[in-house]
Amino acid sequence: MILQRLLWLAASTAVFAALVVIWHLVVENGLINRVFLPTPVSTWEALYAGILHGSLLGAWGETVRRMIYGWLFASLLGVVLGALIGMSAQARAYMSGILEFIRPLPASAVVPVAIVLLGLTEYMVLAVIAFGAVWPTLLATVHGFASVEPRLYEVGQSLRMSRWDVVRKISLPNSVPDILSGMRISVTVALILTVVGEMLTGRPGLGSAIISSARMFQAPQLFAGVILLGITGYVSSILLNLAEARLLRWRS
Amino acid sequence: MTALDMRGAVIPLALIAVAELWARAVDLQSDSLAAPSAIFMAGAKALASGEMLAATGETLVCALGGLAIGFVLGAFTGILLGIFRALDHLSEVTFELLRPIPSVALIPVAMLIFGFGYWTETSIVAFTTFWPGFLLTRAAVRGVEPRLFEVVRSLEMNLPDTIRKIVVPAVLPRMFVALRLAAGISLIVAVTVEITANPVGMGARMMSASQALRPDLTFAYLLWIGVVGWSLNAVMEFVQKRLLGPAVPLPRSGA
Repeated sequence: MILQRLLWLAASTAVFAALVVIWHLVVENGLINRVFLPTPVSTWEALYAGILHGSLLGAWGETVRRMIYGWLFASLLGVVLGALIGMSAQARAYMSGILEFIRPLPASAVVPVAIVLLGLTEYMVLAVIAFGAVWPTLLATVHGFASVEPRLYEVGQSLRMSRWDVVRKISLPNSVPDILSGMRISVTVALILTVVGEMLTGRPGLGSAIISSARMFQAPQLFAGVILLGITGYVSSILLNLAEARLLRWRS
Repeated sequence: MTALDMRGAVIPLALIAVAELWARAVDLQSDSLAAPSAIFMAGAKALASGEMLAATGETLVCALGGLAIGFVLGAFTGILLGIFRALDHLSEVTFELLRPIPSVALIPVAMLIFGFGYWTETSIVAFTTFWPGFLLTRAAVRGVEPRLFEVVRSLEMNLPDTIRKIVVPAVLPRMFVALRLAAGISLIVAVTVEITANPVGMGARMMSASQALRPDLTFAYLLWIGVVGWSLNAVMEFVQKRLLGPAVPLPRSGA
């Protein structure tokens, strides 16, 4: 079973390698202009040089730092507000109007408003990340609190548990799967808004690095930056998978 | 049901009233905030002049055009890889490496290739909406009752017939849920590209209103984008209920 899985993985990696070779041949033979699509080799060189001697590593660090700060703040706020709203059916009904309207609203649409309020500053970028990334976790927490088995609350009542104890011992543990899936979406949103914020403000980071590479027609540097952003997205989703598997062990 | 809707409206209406009273009390003259009545007037004016509707049209053309390209390609790939497990295994590494690339990282790439304009935006929307189309359709095909495939074998159906007569009818409800999700994403991505770089549509008008220090018009566009997003979802929900009966729960996802 494991051997079969490994064989498929090897075959699948070979397919990917073949595609990279085709990419190389296509560019080498001038089928696509090098200005738009660099060869894999020159992309790799740009990536290597950018990480070892260039500014790419520093820019990457800035992007990851912003993403994590914004995401952590948004997650904390999302769980607290979501718990407050989710605790009572009354609160859910009163908040439904606002939540229904904000749910389909593009988080990036608050950027022009945020620029007017806070200027092209670091705070603006962090505020936009936090504001945009808060909704998935908040909505998931509300949903988690609302879908706790009602009989558990009856047990809490008959044990005369305080409201705080009900939240801490019944609602919150039962909402962990929902909260984690919300936080997973929040981290994607946080990465997107980090890049958008950096592109607009020009503050150091991968977003501003790739947009200035594009303006100078440096396709290898541009693709190197895009690859680093892809890695960032990949690693953050793997880490959240691990955290989820660990925290939800009791379910299996 | 109506009682519930009324309660949902209380807080927004109260917030608007408080903001209006505050703006009147301090006689608000600001480059960053505007009274709700001023926002409403700016929005009404932009709507009446046709400018807001033209911008909405531009955004929707890119969003829905990209959705059509990306989702159809995604759904088609999903059906193929759902039926042929070997293809699915072989393409695993490639798709796993492409999927985590954030949509906005492709803005400079698309700009390099297409320049400013519709295609930059449409191509990024297509890339983003490919994934829900692909992943959710593949999952739906895998969930198809195995006995249906036994029927295919005993009838010796060819591939186009299998897809047309067996697979698509079986996965259609779940595919529509994926389409609804992707439609929401398409609008989000389109507006994001407009705000970040592309001088087209509602996002770009909103950016220039903000740069012209017109908070009333900026907020009017923000609210209007919300209205458009809400309406798009409502339309999709209506069509889904009409065509496919009781709603299937919508999976949550970001863009």
